[in-house]
Amino acid sequence: MTILQIDGLSKSFGGVQAVRNVSFSLAEGEIVGLIGPNGAGKTTLINLITGVFPMSAGRIVFQGRDVTGQRPYQAARRGLARTFQIVQPFAAMTVLENVVAGALFAGAAPSRTEARRQAMEHLEFAGLAAQAERPAASLTLPSRKRLELAKSLAMKPKVLLLDEVNAGLNTAEIDQALDTIRRISARGVTIVIVEHLMKVVLSLSQRIIVLHHGELISAGKSDEVVNDPRVIEAYLGSKFAARHGARPA
Amino acid sequence: MKRLPYVAFVLWFLLLAAVPFIASNYFVKIATFLAMYAALALSWNFIGGYTGYPSFATAAFFGLGAYTGALLQNAGMWVGLAWACAAIVVTVFAALIGFAILRMRGHYFAIGSIALVEALMLVASIAADLTGGGEGLNVKIMPGGPNYIGRVFLYTMLGIMLAAFITTVLVDRGRLGFGLRCIQQNEDAADMVGIDTRRYKTAAFALSAVFCGAIGAAYASWVAYISPTDSFSILLTLKVPVMVLLGGPGTVLGPIVGSAAFVMMEETIWARYLDYHQAVLGLVIVLLIFFLPGGLLRIFTRRRVAA
Repeated sequence: MTILQIDGLSKSFGGVQAVRNVSFSLAEGEIVGLIGPNGAGKTTLINLITGVFPMSAGRIVFQGRDVTGQRPYQAARRGLARTFQIVQPFAAMTVLENVVAGALFAGAAPSRTEARRQAMEHLEFAGLAAQAERPAASLTLPSRKRLELAKSLAMKPKVLLLDEVNAGLNTAEIDQALDTIRRISARGVTIVIVEHLMKVVLSLSQRIIVLHHGELISAGKSDEVVNDPRVIEAYLGSKFAARHGARPA
Repeated sequence: MKRLPYVAFVLWFLLLAAVPFIASNYFVKIATFLAMYAALALSWNFIGGYTGYPSFATAAFFGLGAYTGALLQNAGMWVGLAWACAAIVVTVFAALIGFAILRMRGHYFAIGSIALVEALMLVASIAADLTGGGEGLNVKIMPGGPNYIGRVFLYTMLGIMLAAFITTVLVDRGRLGFGLRCIQQNEDAADMVGIDTRRYKTAAFALSAVFCGAIGAAYASWVAYISPTDSFSILLTLKVPVMVLLGGPGTVLGPIVGSAAFVMMEETIWARYLDYHQAVLGLVIVLLIFFLPGGLLRIFTRRRVAA
């Protein structure tokens, strides 16, 4: 069943066309990888879906409802949560309070007490329970990324957009993060993962969407997409793509 | 430890309320100013402290309240009702204006809010038929003699201070206060966790206006004469944020501590150095920024963390 449908999404900043006529849909419960070279428009696409910028053209349907033109807080309350590439904690608040904010405002927890209880659960899930009472600013980068995850889980998302949650992590930390993402998926949350590390994308996602210069150039099963000449060209240049195409792998 | 702010407030309130019975009219007047500035500081704390928006609109709300109250009173309205109407008018004004200027952040918002003071002052100066223009406006003097009037206004200001404090406590403990703190920390992230930031900011701005409007109206009745420069005073609009920063922004007790320290400093030191007192204000601001960015209360909390 389709949970999120994007139709002809476009965005231009002045003369720069950052996202051009992108359409795709997400089925409930799947993990989809969103990849593309630097500057392809991946983060812009996420910002458009969650209403950070108004889109220039296009339509977004979430759970059968037209949500075009929604603002970020509305997206959050409807169950469209996202994490930031550059982590955005409420720095002077405690780790617990950060997660309580998600549970209380977007997760619609009935009371502060209930929000705290839920927040503690999510912190335990993310492996941050021991740091609950520390200020968020004191966390290390991997812990901050886990805090972002706990915060977005507290929002009770139906679709979770993960914008480079693994950037800046070492191999051991990435394995841990992968495990966490799989466990979130097992709860029935639909996940879009923006990622540069192909190892991560390939091991997690059932489908992959590729953006290049703001356009969707390829979409499909993981192995099909990575062998698509247009994708190889986008990443490695036309010369390499031609040689690669001449000698089928 | 958690109850300390409330105990301190009640003691301060009782002390100010007892002044007419233990001291002369001079001290009654100082107590009235203490209550008035405490209420103005508590008001600013909603937008400047909890939400982190550097508002300089205090004098705009105060002046608008003063003129609204004075005009209604001169038109024959009962004093108390005139004050209440002034508070309502100012709150509606703040909500409408806030919706527009709260789109700006940081310095832009600060300048926008200070422009509000200037614009209203010009309106009060130009609309001479209604407001008396630069000549000012006389307000009916209350009957009852100076002793009686002094007490009436002390208890009026104390009442407004109490209302502002109770509102602060409710906001501080509630959902609104938590949401405002999130906005103060990181507005984009606040939006992303489901906080309707525009509505929350407008609510904070309106809360910062309601008591200022009532105080302005009460002040107009108290001094019985208002003028544009006196009502829409830039000095007032600067003093109130400094008081809150002095005490501790975004805390329940900070505005009380800050306003008390500031008014007492004004009375004891500056009154003796009339030529330099604005220089002293400048010095206080600079010292605050460098040495006490968290306010006087932070000295105690710091010590508590260390211990």
